[in-house]
Amino acid sequence: MALDSKIPKGPLADKWTNHKNTIDLVNPANKRNIDVIVVGTGLAGGSAAATLAELGYNVKAFCFQDSPRRAHSIAAQGGINAAKNYQGDGDSTYRLFYDTVKGGDYRSREANVYRLAEVSANIIDQCVAQGVPFAREYGGLLDNRSFGGVLVSRTFYAAGQTGQQLLLGAYSAMNRQIGRGKIKMYNRHEMLDVVIVDGKARGIIARNLVTGEIERHSAHAVVLGTGGYGNVFFLSTNAMGSNVTAAWKAHKRGAYFANPCYTQIHPTCIPVSGDHQSKLTLMSESLRNDGRIWVPKHKKDVEAIREGTLKPTQLAEEDRDYYLERRYPAFGNLVPRDVASRAAKERCDAGYGVNATGEAVYLDFASAFMRYGKEQAHVKGLDENDEALVKKLGQEIVKNKYGNLFQMYEKIVDQNPYETPMMIYPAVHYTMGGVWVDYNLQTTVPGLYCIGEANFSDHGANRLGASALMQGLADGYFVLPYTIGDYLADDIRTGKISTDTKEFDEAEKNVIDNISHLINNNGTHSVDHFHKRLGKIMWNKCGMARNAEDLKSAITEIAELRAEFWKNVKVPGTDQEYNEELAKALRVADFLELGELFAKDALLREESAGGHFREEYQTGEGEAMRRKEFQYVSAWEYKGEPKDAVLHKEDLVYENIEVKERSYK
Amino acid sequence: MNLTLKIWRQKNANDKGKMVDYQISDVSPDMSFLEMLDVLNESLVAKDDEPVAFDHDCREGICGMCSLYINGEAHGPDRGITTCQLHMRKFKDGDTIYIEPFRAKAFPVIKDLIVDRSSFDRIQHAGGFISVNTSGNTIDANAIPINKHDADDAFSAATCIGCGACVATCKNSSAMLFVGAKVSQFALLPQGQVEATDRVLNMVKQMDEEGFGNCTNTGACEVECPKGISLENIARMNQEYLKASLKG
Repeated sequence: MALDSKIPKGPLADKWTNHKNTIDLVNPANKRNIDVIVVGTGLAGGSAAATLAELGYNVKAFCFQDSPRRAHSIAAQGGINAAKNYQGDGDSTYRLFYDTVKGGDYRSREANVYRLAEVSANIIDQCVAQGVPFAREYGGLLDNRSFGGVLVSRTFYAAGQTGQQLLLGAYSAMNRQIGRGKIKMYNRHEMLDVVIVDGKARGIIARNLVTGEIERHSAHAVVLGTGGYGNVFFLSTNAMGSNVTAAWKAHKRGAYFANPCYTQIHPTCIPVSGDHQSKLTLMSESLRNDGRIWVPKHKKDVEAIREGTLKPTQLAEEDRDYYLERRYPAFGNLVPRDVASRAAKERCDAGYGVNATGEAVYLDFASAFMRYGKEQAHVKGLDENDEALVKKLGQEIVKNKYGNLFQMYEKIVDQNPYETPMMIYPAVHYTMGGVWVDYNLQTTVPGLYCIGEANFSDHGANRLGASALMQGLADGYFVLPYTIGDYLADDIRTGKISTDTKEFDEAEKNVIDNISHLINNNGTHSVDHFHKRLGKIMWNKCGMARNAEDLKSAITEIAELRAEFWKNVKVPGTDQEYNEELAKALRVADFLELGELFAKDALLREESAGGHFREEYQTGEGEAMRRKEFQYVSAWEYKGEPKDAVLHKEDLVYENIEVKERSYK
Repeated sequence: MNLTLKIWRQKNANDKGKMVDYQISDVSPDMSFLEMLDVLNESLVAKDDEPVAFDHDCREGICGMCSLYINGEAHGPDRGITTCQLHMRKFKDGDTIYIEPFRAKAFPVIKDLIVDRSSFDRIQHAGGFISVNTSGNTIDANAIPINKHDADDAFSAATCIGCGACVATCKNSSAMLFVGAKVSQFALLPQGQVEATDRVLNMVKQMDEEGFGNCTNTGACEVECPKGISLENIARMNQEYLKASLKG
């Protein structure tokens, strides 16, 4: 099948408006007869479910958590971008579009990104109308901060809990529709297959996680907003339950999976402390507005710090290497995430890591305390030369901005970041790759849509900070609810979809067979045992730097591990009860397939772009070397085993942006 | 560290349930409390025992999924955190730790340490929203300036994670802190005024129907709240309720 991205004709700035004006609509009376399933209730799924219900469709929404409010969007910290230009600093729709395409290392679709930038301003209006309490200035207007990879302040925020506030906004919109009976909510349910009838997605098979019951649900269209697959690495900043299962089942039913190797390793996370570790914790990128990243200049100081004989605060300015400021004077500490992560790895690999494992760098707020403190002292008419006073005043300001992050750090590391610099190291955070979708956010399966992090569409090879929230809500509030109408307009006479068909029988049987295999396997190792081993392979061979040899061995090792998993995994309990081990086993089974495709995709991509860094393709200065011949999206078609997946290419055409070397110097 | 764990085991909602003893050794002080339970569960799976079921997801204190009543305190002995942010360095070698579910009539046990908190969702369905459709045609976000103090107070109220620690802690199993936080968020913002009357009446009505108890101003909820939601929110809700009742 040839990939058709269905990008509307016409000038870039008019595409979305023209498209909305020409696509089919479903009249309000007919919407009442149409059912839509939405899987996942994060920013994308939650906002889509609410909006579809407002429009009049009958929505069934599913989440594996005990409430839709707990989807992992809730953990997003720093902010949401929007081209409002409230700061008057030269921002515009075009500039947000440009920054996003450049930030994604010229591996995203122009038309999609432009639409994203275009609707971004509306998101802020919508959220404020819903009562989302964004941070404000004393004049009562909205405040902004800066994020990496841009030269303007366009990020709206609510302290370090922006994701929480936006998700609670979407959740409240859902609640209104649940109260009206327009959304039927299924908590503690996991989607285990999508059902295709006559080539169209017509329902799902879900498991009730409390009773173990397998359920059939039908609809005229199915929307997946199920998030990313960072947990294929075992350790990531994702929630424990975040998984690829829904997206992967869709892939196995015909949806192409795009760019699986594009993974974002976030530069500022709390370093790994030991083998017991179950997840990694992010320290928001917004901290790089005020924190400066450094390691000691001299090895002897590194040694002394590791031994505990020297405190980082004792090290003189001239003995510190602020390596981001040194290497990238224009963007400094606010370079994009991929660049900052690789720079940290470079210093640590060279032996300058500042903790026992040698995998940590400092994020230091000392100069921010003084800068803010001086300003405060001046405003309050106090002594600007009293260092202790200035520091205290400055700490108050920083506490107001990032207090919850500092507290989180202290609880985990048991060190006070107001007194000693934070230690940070990169960790898996976000996946730019995902289910391939066209301009309408429809997958290669008619009637199956994919939104938010679960799709591949807007971030290319690297996502800029504060753009995930923007994309999730853009897809869910403003894009999908329009584009899905164009498809559903043909379904106004279809009537209810029966679940009593051979397609539902077959899908359900598949699910039940897999479950009974796992339950009756009586193997010798737990699910986590396999998950951790998979994570090690992924991190060591498909992590921040990749090469052909490692990737080839990863492919073999993952395939072997998968075979061993099915033979030897042990799942206690039964399938007729709450059984978390079983739920985990079903997720890890899919990660074991995705992981192999991930490595295969990374091996194919013989270039470095954004989060995908191939050691063979770098410039003399160690920067990523993009190659023109790889200016395409890799969309993989499922053919049985991951190794047999067939590649389809969607060429990326840049008509409005000149593809240049991506420089932040 | 070596520890004795006394854990509530209950097969399902109908089972009577009981405390069961477990020994665990080599616990690192840097582990989180839930990672300690992961280690216990790994050992139980290895012995063909059933692992202990507990709710958890983000493990960074924001999703509100984790719960647990540890040594008689919701989210354990530390302050201003959820159970997933509790670290074993807060305990000593040789300690005995009691681990129970959040107990309240409106939070029935599903299994072991997992409870059903959907009553919280139903209270939100009754009024925890502003009725504005997603049209993209709302007014500009800066059209109505909002006093920074009000915006900050609304934000503080909105940081509630809906974990239920307030209910579990309260001797009356009252949900007033939870409901008060949501009512306050909207009461403090101009956008929330239009529906203020119905909102507070409907949410309080649903809260009562779910079987939560009443507030007797003990203040334990505020102490145990991982997000430091203030008692002021209960006062504000009472004020809103009174205003609405007089109008209604």
